[in-house]
Amino acid sequence: MSARDWLLDESPTSRWQAGAGRAYAAARLLLRNPLAVVGGGIILLLVLTAALAPLIAPESPLGQNLSNRLLPPSSAHWMGTDELGRDIFSRVVFGARITLMIVVLVAVISAPLGMIVGAVSGYFGGWTDRVLMGLTDIFLSMPKLILALAFAAALGPGIENAVIAIAITTWPAYARISRAETMTWRNSEFVAATRLLGASHARIIGRHILPLCASSTIIRVTLDMAGIILTAAGLGFLGLGAQPPLPEWGAMISRGRTFILDQWWVATMPGLAIILVSLGFCFLGDGLRDALDPKGQAKS
Amino acid sequence: MTAIALRGLNIAYAGTPVVRDVTLDVAEGESFALVGESGSGKSTVLKAITGLAPEWTGSIEVLGRPAAHHPDRKLARVVQMVFQDPYGSLHPRKTVDAVLTEALAIHGIGDRDARVEAVLRDVGLDRRFRFRYPHQLSGGQRQRVAIARALVLEPRILLLDEPTSALDVSVQAEILNLLKRLRAEHRLTYLLVTHNLPVVSFMCDRVAIMNRGRVVEIAPAAALHDGEFQDSYSRQLYAASGGNSPMESAGR
Repeated sequence: MSARDWLLDESPTSRWQAGAGRAYAAARLLLRNPLAVVGGGIILLLVLTAALAPLIAPESPLGQNLSNRLLPPSSAHWMGTDELGRDIFSRVVFGARITLMIVVLVAVISAPLGMIVGAVSGYFGGWTDRVLMGLTDIFLSMPKLILALAFAAALGPGIENAVIAIAITTWPAYARISRAETMTWRNSEFVAATRLLGASHARIIGRHILPLCASSTIIRVTLDMAGIILTAAGLGFLGLGAQPPLPEWGAMISRGRTFILDQWWVATMPGLAIILVSLGFCFLGDGLRDALDPKGQAKS
Repeated sequence: MTAIALRGLNIAYAGTPVVRDVTLDVAEGESFALVGESGSGKSTVLKAITGLAPEWTGSIEVLGRPAAHHPDRKLARVVQMVFQDPYGSLHPRKTVDAVLTEALAIHGIGDRDARVEAVLRDVGLDRRFRFRYPHQLSGGQRQRVAIARALVLEPRILLLDEPTSALDVSVQAEILNLLKRLRAEHRLTYLLVTHNLPVVSFMCDRVAIMNRGRVVEIAPAAALHDGEFQDSYSRQLYAASGGNSPMESAGR
């Protein structure tokens, strides 16, 4: 029996095989979508770059060499050098680590927070719903970057605080989504049946409702990644995100602004990196939506 | 012993009364039917017994113990329910195995593998269905899984909410035969809600006829053969299901 037959077996013989088969079917659907493949490729590139940064980067991202300052892109310095003579390519490569860290941390903090708030709110309804959604609406009504700015300013500049600030501003969207999803499921018979088995509310929300909200939240998070990167870059640009000499892309653009007319590459190169990664997440998010959307599955 | 005793039961949804003053007893081991047209409150009675319809007054006793106004862990070991729609009553992302194992996990019952296998055998599902997702099952197979979920905790009373009305006619017969066999094998008490009178005469000992939230008559299931109903609504219902000609019942 080939691995493929094993995965697509209509009658799996173990929990593990059933789960693997489902994941395989979703992956196949995803791979059939060219945009998703391009997006996934870009994200994979980002991850590999971040993981292997010391091997890829030809120079240290921090080491200064004032005799080489502001050199245009050449074979020695693929993306030129900045005002302190640092190789921009090396800095962009190491910057991938910071970007990836910000994106992952924000997703890990805000997605579960939003999902739990939304699911609890939608499941119980009534006063719980009113209070939690009121809170969500307050956060939702404030512009993201301004709120993040306020938090970063209050907590002090730095990557960790930027992450917290961005996470605080992104969770309300996920709460809204999972609340809407929860409300479609909470009166379903399988929830009633599970309650009759003696399951607690916490168990029903955790084991039954949240897994159903997960796919739409994952899609939304992936689509939001671009916005998260841009907000992080924006905070960096405004001096409230990563602090020099860290090679954060937004902060690099900010430094390059001074020379943008004569030495365009200083600001452009990290900008290109931001665009590429944002685009990658957008493509992957669209592909995921097509692959995970139950309606889309019905079509194929 | 009385399995289910309802005394002066009134049930409301968000303040609107749905069921009024229902009093009935279901003996242990009996198969009792609640019939009536849509909206007569028959399913609501089942929901009140299980605690899913918490707004009730009066008294509900299950095997001599008063029932709570919310789903109760202890009650879960005694009373289980099978829902009408086999498509809505199974979690779309959980395997058959996960559904059945969870029931055992909630109550901390060990030996789960063997119990799951046993209950699947009981409801006539082959082992190869164990790790399938609901979308890989037919309607009848799903309903068997729903019955297995109700049985895995080994309850003594099964509440059946129109268990066959969402199924094909050929599958209906299979499920009814299965329910009949399970009742004999496990000495279960059934409280069955249906609007299908032939199902009642096949499955049940006694029948309560409900109209607009009230029980208008409780009769032995034999009445379905000879049409010996006292209440005029019962006779109408009987006539409408083809048991008797409307002319004849009008003439009585």
